[in-house]
Order: sequence, then structure tokens, then C-alpha cells
Amino acid sequence: MFVTAAYAQSTTTEGAETHDAAAGEVHTETGVAHEGGHGSGVFPPFDSSTFASQLLWLAITFGLFYLLMSKVVMPRIGGILETRNDTIARDLDDAARSKAEADAAIAAYEQELAAAKAKGNAIASEAREAAKAKATADRTAVEASLNKKISAAEARIADIKTKALADVGAIAEETATAVVEQLIGGKVSKAEIASAVKASAK
Amino acid sequence: MAGDKVDPVHQFVVNKIVPIEIGGIDFSFTNASLFMFATLAVATAFLYLTTSTRSLVPGRMQSVSEISYEFIASMLREGAGSHGMKFFPMVFSLFMFILTANMLGMVPYFFTVTSQIIVTFALALFVIGTVLFYGFYKHGLGFLNVFVPSGVPGILLPLVIAIEVISFLSRPISLSVRLFANMLAGHITLKVFAGFVASLGTLGALGIGGAILPLIMTVALTGLEFLVSFLQAYVFAVLTCMYLNDAVHPGGH
Repeated sequence: MFVTAAYAQSTTTEGAETHDAAAGEVHTETGVAHEGGHGSGVFPPFDSSTFASQLLWLAITFGLFYLLMSKVVMPRIGGILETRNDTIARDLDDAARSKAEADAAIAAYEQELAAAKAKGNAIASEAREAAKAKATADRTAVEASLNKKISAAEARIADIKTKALADVGAIAEETATAVVEQLIGGKVSKAEIASAVKASAK
Repeated sequence: MAGDKVDPVHQFVVNKIVPIEIGGIDFSFTNASLFMFATLAVATAFLYLTTSTRSLVPGRMQSVSEISYEFIASMLREGAGSHGMKFFPMVFSLFMFILTANMLGMVPYFFTVTSQIIVTFALALFVIGTVLFYGFYKHGLGFLNVFVPSGVPGILLPLVIAIEVISFLSRPISLSVRLFANMLAGHITLKVFAGFVASLGTLGALGIGGAILPLIMTVALTGLEFLVSFLQAYVFAVLTCMYLNDAVHPGGH
């Protein structure tokens, strides 16, 4: 009776689910179990006659297990994990270094590109300036020579013009003399004709 | 034994295999001892063999070992801080031993080592003993601070200290009974429902039809028991970490 009571108690503390089982169990226990007998007839986990043996073998096996874990297995797993972490860290370092190198190479490339561009621009603008200056100089030279030619031509034109005008006066005088002679048949003085021509030329 | 089939308690009986008696005390090699060795062998062999290749990129089995290792490591680090890491082998051994013993117990006809109260009590005492020993060794009488929570008014202090002492003393009991009772109750429940299947099955066509219900129940319970097996090993390890935290940081309430 004690056995089943103790047993029922120990299992019913485990909650509703096992309660049913425990209740069912109590009946089975009282009905059948102890007829077969478990030796001492005590509920097996509470059979204190087995305690000493269980303690001894637990101490042996768990002690051995503890030793194996702490001396063999754990250093091994720890070593594996450490190696892996080291490898990963090293690989990451390598990657970071490679990236830095690549970045530096890109920066150098860009710098050189910029320098080359600047140089190209400088050469181009220089050439442009030189060409422009030459063009300006040529133009001024041409203009100067043209101006000279123009003024010479103008001077000649003016010269010719005055000469022509002077000639016109003489021709007009001759013509006028001739016309007057024909018209009036008399002689007119040269001075009179000249003043008359001069007056009409104005 | 006539009652074998319907006796759910029979699975917990400790049988002598090699009787040994020293000084009048029975130290026989029993089926319990056999399965302790089985636990030792299975757990060690698994952890040892799966890590034998030491692959940089772990296979499935090696991953399991590594995950167990890191699982316990992070549990202990969170529970007891970095100073608690000196107990790593202890917590890891306890967890793996209990887990393996629980899992082996799920195999039909196998003895469940952790369903013996003396075994779980011994493991719990080992934990509490370590806490006490290390606590007093490291902090001397300062370890008694563990019973004096900071920030409690003076009038309440005697009451609080009494409660703390009682809770400390009940730890090995709760730690051991939790594991023991879970394994015991689970196995009995399984056996009872499986017994229903067998006994209903003998009652002819109607009985076989009716046996389906307990059969479904048995299958479901088996799944649940695997969960419980893991969970109890986990709970034991977590509580061990918490108790060790007291030993490492006695004032740290």
C-alpha cells in the first residue's frame, strides 16, 4: 500500500497529463504487478538496496565521461572552432587588404588619368593661344599693309583727282575759248575766260 | 514474469548482471550500470568520431557536435559570465550525459538511467556541492552574501534570508526531482498507452478498432517524450549555470 501511495504521489505532482496514467497505473500495480514480484517489492526507483551500486557506477561512468570531455573531446571541438575562426579572420584580413590594394590602384589610376587630362588640356589651350596670337599678328600685319596700300592708293587718287581737275580747268578754258570764238568770233582774254570757268565750276 | 506486459514499472527495475559485494555493500554491476556505460560510450563516441576529420567546413554530424559545444558555451557565458567558463567542462558533461541517457531511454527495452532518483539526486548534489565548494573556496564567508539580497529593508532581512536559505536548500531536491519525475512519468505514460493498444488488440475486431486511439496517443507521446528528453537536459544545464553564477558572483542578485 505504501508503495502505491508513494508512487501515486510522485507521479501526480507531474501534472494533469500524467495524473491519468498514474491513476491507471495504481490499479495495475495493486492488481498485477507484485504477484510477479520485483524482488524487494519496493517501487524500483525508490529501492534503496540498489543505491550504493548505482552511485558507484555513476561516479565511475560520469567521472570517466567528465575526463574524456575535458581532456579529449572539448579541446578538440574548441580547437576546430578556433582554427575556423582564425581562418575566417585571416581570410577576411586578406580580403580587406586586397580591397585596400585595389582601391589604391584605382585611386592612382584616377589620379594619373586626371593628370593626363590636365596636361592634355594645357597643351591644347597653349596651342590654341599660340594659334590665336599668330592669327592676330598676321591679321594686324595684313591690315597694316592694306592700310598702307589704301592710303597710298587714296593719295594717288587724290593726286590724280587734283591733276584731273586742273586739266578740266584748262580743257574748259580751251573749250570755252573755242566756243566763244565760234559764237562771237572775237577774241576773249584768257583771264576773263579763266574767271568765268572758275565761276561756273563752283 | 506474468505481469510483464501490463506492468509499466517493470522497466525501472534494476537487475544484477554481475553481482559484486564489497564490505557487505552491494556494488553489483546492474542493467543501470550497463546503460551508464552505454551513455558514456555513445556520447563519447559520437562527439569523438564526428569531430575526427576536424573539417574546416563541418559536415552534418560534426555540426551537431559543434552546435552542442557552442550551445552550452553561450548558455554558460550568459548564465554565469566569463568567469563561469571554468565550469564549461562540467556543464557540458552534465548536459551531454543527461541528454544521451534520456535519448537512450527512448529506445524500447532500454533502461533509462535518469529515471532513477538516486542518479539525478547524485548529479544535483554534484552541482550544488560544486557551487558550495567553489563559493566558499573563492569568496570565503563572503559567499554567504548569496543569502542576503541587496536593497532589502532591515526589518525584512531575517525573513528574506530565511526564504533564501530554504530556496537554496531546496535546489538539489527540485533539480533532481524535476529530471527524475519527468523521465519516470513520461515512460510510464508511454507504457500505459502502449499497454492499452496490446490489451485492446486481443479483444477481437472491435478491440482492434478501439486500439487505434491509444496507438495515436502512443505515437504522439513518443514525440513529446523526445522533446521532454531534450528539454530536461537543457533545463538541468540552464539551472546548473544559474546556480554556478551564485558561486562566481555571490552578491550579484
